[in-house]
Formats: sequence, C-alpha cells, structure tokens
Amino acid sequence: MLRFDRVSTVPVLALVLIAMTPVLGQPYLTRFATSVLIFGLVAMSLDLLVGYGGMISFGHAAFFGLGAYAAAVLGFHGIHSAFVAVPVAIAAASAAALVIGGISLRTSGVYFIMITLAFAEMLFYIAHALTIYGGDDGLKIVRNSLIPLISFSNPTTFFFAVLLVFLATFLLSFRLTRSRFGRVLQGIRDNPQRAESLGYDTYRYQLVGFVMAGALAGLAGMLHANLNEYVSPDLLNWVQSGDLLIMLILGGVGTLIGPVFGAAAYLSLQEILSMYTGHSMLVLGPVLLLVVLFSSGGIYALLMPRAQ
Amino acid sequence: MSSLLVEQFLNGIQLGVMLFLMAAGLTLIFGIMNFLNLAHGALYMMGAFFAATILEWSGSFLLAILLGLAASAALGIILDVVAFRRLYERSHFDQVLGTFALILFFNDLVVLLWGPEPRYMPVPDWLSGSIPLSGDGSYPIYRLLITGVGLGVAAALYVLIAHTRTGMLIRAGATNREMLSGLGTNVRHLSMLVFGLGSAMAGLAGMINGPLIAVQVGMGDAMLIVAFVVIVIGGIGSIAGAFVASIIVGIVDTLGRFLLPQWFGFTAGPALASMANYALMAAVLLARPQGLLGARRG
Repeated sequence: MLRFDRVSTVPVLALVLIAMTPVLGQPYLTRFATSVLIFGLVAMSLDLLVGYGGMISFGHAAFFGLGAYAAAVLGFHGIHSAFVAVPVAIAAASAAALVIGGISLRTSGVYFIMITLAFAEMLFYIAHALTIYGGDDGLKIVRNSLIPLISFSNPTTFFFAVLLVFLATFLLSFRLTRSRFGRVLQGIRDNPQRAESLGYDTYRYQLVGFVMAGALAGLAGMLHANLNEYVSPDLLNWVQSGDLLIMLILGGVGTLIGPVFGAAAYLSLQEILSMYTGHSMLVLGPVLLLVVLFSSGGIYALLMPRAQ
Repeated sequence: MSSLLVEQFLNGIQLGVMLFLMAAGLTLIFGIMNFLNLAHGALYMMGAFFAATILEWSGSFLLAILLGLAASAALGIILDVVAFRRLYERSHFDQVLGTFALILFFNDLVVLLWGPEPRYMPVPDWLSGSIPLSGDGSYPIYRLLITGVGLGVAAALYVLIAHTRTGMLIRAGATNREMLSGLGTNVRHLSMLVFGLGSAMAGLAGMINGPLIAVQVGMGDAMLIVAFVVIVIGGIGSIAGAFVASIIVGIVDTLGRFLLPQWFGFTAGPALASMANYALMAAVLLARPQGLLGARRG
C-alpha cells in the first residue's frame, strides 16, 4: 500500500483541499473541481501509457470521447442507468484501444505517434459523419442515474462520485506501477531488446497496458459527458489529445500524481487567461513551448525536489 | 467511365498533389534532422492567409502567390532559428509537444489578425474557365492548373534531390548527419534551407488551394493529419514513397467520398468514407510496417 511518508504529504494535502471544495458552497468551484478530477483521471491514464509504458500516444482523446459518446448514445436510446453506462463506456473504449493499439504497436517511435494520431482522427471524423447522433452539433444527454433515488444531477453527489472513482483509480494505478506487470512495462520502456531477450512478450505487455489506459480514459469520458450533459466530436479531436499530453508534461511525466496537478494547472490557466483575453493561446502557446524546452519534471519536481 | 467519375478522379489527383506538397517537407526534415513537426499544418494555413491578404491589397493573383511563397519560406526559417533548432536534439515527445504549442499559438494569432470568419479567395478571371470532358461534363481550368503546378514542383524537387550538389548533401544528411557534419558541411544551414523549402511548399499548397476551399483558422490541421497518413503509407523519409502514397490517398479519399454514399446510403456512407484512408494505412502497416517504399523504421 501507499506509504504516507513526508514525500507524499504535499499531494495528499492538495487532494484533501480539492475534496473540500463543495464545503465552500460555490457551484462554479464544485463544477471546476469535478472537471479537474475528471481530466486528472485521463491524464493519469495517459501517464500509465507514456510515462510508464514509453508509448507516446497522440490519440488518447479518442478513448475519452468514445466513453463520453457511449453514455450519450445509451441515453439517446433511453437507457440512463449508470450501472449500464459505466461498463459500456469502458468496454467501448477498451475494444477501440485493442484494435488501434494492436495495429499501432507493430511500430514504434515517431511512427507510433503519427498512427495513434491518425486513428484517433478517424474516430473524430466518424463522430462528425454520424448525423443520427448529432454529427457536428453533438448530442445533449440527461445525466445518468445511479440508483433510482440517487442521481448524478446533484452537483455535490456527482462530485463525490467522481472523487471516489478518482481515488479508486489512483490506488489501482499506483499498485499497478509497482506490480510485476508494471515493472515489466517499465523494463520494456527502458530497453525493449533486453526485455525481449529475457523472454517477455513485449507486444502483449504493451498492448495490455494500452487497453488499460484506454479503458480508464473511457471511464473518464463517461463522467465528463455527465458533467457537461453534452457530447460533441471535439472531445475526440487531436487538440484534445495534445492538451492531455500538455497536462502530462506540466505535471511531470511518469509520476502518476503529477499529471493530475498538470490538469489542474492547465485548466486553471485556460480559465484565468480566457477571462482577460479571447486569445489565451497567444500567451499560453509560447509559455508551453518554454516549459517543453526548459523545464524538467514539471510541477511534481517543484513540489517534491527530493523525490527525483 | 461517366464524366462525373472522371471529374472525381481528377479531383483525387489534385488532392494527392496538394498532399505531396505537405508531405514532402515533413518527410525531408524528418529524414535529415529526425524531427517531427506538427506545426507544418500551421505553415499551410499561414501561406493561405498571406496570399489571401496580398490578393485583397493588390488584386494580383500572381503577386499574391510570389510574395506568399517568400513570406512562407521566411516564416519557416524564422521558426527554425527561434524554436525548432532547439528541439532537434530532444526526444520525439518534446518535439511533438513543442510544435503542438506552436499550433495553438498560430491558430489564436490568425483569429486575432484576420478574425474567425473564413475568407474567400476568388479565382482570377483569366483562370476561371473550364474545359469540356467526354460526354456532357466539364472540368475547371484552375484545378487542372494547380495539379500541373504541383506536379511541376514534384519534378523540380526530384531534380534537386537526385541531380544537384545540394540534393546530394540532403541525401547524405539523411543517411548520416554526423558524418556529413564531420566532413565539413554546416548541417544547421542545410536544415535551414530544407526548412525554408518545406515551408514554401506547404504554404504553396495552402495558397493555391485557397480559391477551392475556405481560408480559415485550423485549415492546416486536417491536411497535416492526412499528410501523416501519406508518410506512414509511403515510408518515412522517402520522397518517392510520399509521392506515390499522396496520389493513392488523394484518389482513395475523393472517390470514397463520392462512391461510398452511393453504395451504402447517406447514413453509413460518409462515415465509411472518412475511414477509407485509415483503413488503407492499417492495411499497409499490417503488410509492410516500413511503408511502401520505406527502407528503415522510425
């Protein structure tokens, strides 16, 4: 299990602060905190892929968007139970990850980046072309019900449901990175030839990792659809995938909790800058380039210099 | 073949040629500097905006193209000196993120300078006719002309790469950059040259495509991703592969959009059409992971 030594005090403190948000009684802040947790969840799953698996996917938003669409399409056909939406979202994202990962992992390096990007964009265009599910305009959804009496439509209930999912996923992912499977995956990242010569089926390990990350992204997508009560093809867009990678590098690649802070920082920056200017990327774009060029370790390294 | 099908086929070749103008620059710079540039689509967009603006000021289409070319090449070289140069030695992850940040910057810059509304570039009068096809169809001269321009650029690029001293250095750089540098060639200057060339080609594609599509923010993104598909199919670093794959992808994409809705109806057809290129890419990867004409893997 987690050892709460001094190194992990800062993230735990930060999480407690996020968890306290509803106490403030500000609907806007509760909503924002929910959003941070959801994007933190996707960023974490992408970190499993990029940071621990060494697989630089530029198509992670596809699985996020698929999860969101799964919830929306079920709702469109009159099925509102979260007990259906969650497994369907996870299954849809996993299936897509199995096919896309199965093909993309036949290559590596820069090929892998371009191919994951291309396949994700294919799903984006399909969502565009499917006019029965709104096409370009997207699809409005009613929030999923949990059990007949408890619905996701109460923002505070929903926040705590998301928090619960987030914590469970974090613990699971943390255990995963320390498990035998996680060690092998990191071994493949560092030296694929050596892992192969030790007898590991590197393709299969990477594919399992790819599908797991996709499944988690699908789960997060389903939550995101519930938060916004709306899905659109933009969720699968490559800009979304790029944003997720930026959260990763802002927070610190390969640290699991870092990308969550990256998500919080990126979403906050976007929110604050868009209050002052309609062109937030004129500032944020060059800043991000500087972060890529000169930072190492992201926010995680700032918070915990000794842990590096 | 019905004249409508001939027309679509010609459109496919025209799209293929535009894709080649994009893919050639991407694959050249990857070959020499091992650098993956997502901001290549931004150069396509900026080229179109430069030309549209100069056309509005001057009214001369030729002047717009010439000045637009110079501006695109200059922008590429500036970007190389200011940003890309610092990314060459970094991981592909850093390259992709750094150039992605630049896309975000350029998209907002375009909205700030030119506004979010699309701009329309009129086809000049002297190019606006069409020629008859067999049967009762006709085909716009402008589309034929830009196909010809694109093929001409491809031929010139072939001569440059295969038969000149500069081309020899470019090929040598793609084979072994350190060795070339050790033999006294300034690889920085060579990459700057290739970058200027690639940017001019991307900008050219944007500006001659301008009269056919709306010149608007984000227009380069879709082209960039299809150019990736082209490079993966053709084999990374291979100019000939990029050319063959561009034409194939252009035709598959255009005919797919035309035929699939007729065969599968207007619900499933468009969705299937948007998958066609990617299915082709997946098939090539399964059969030949290094691409049609690629020699090595990335």
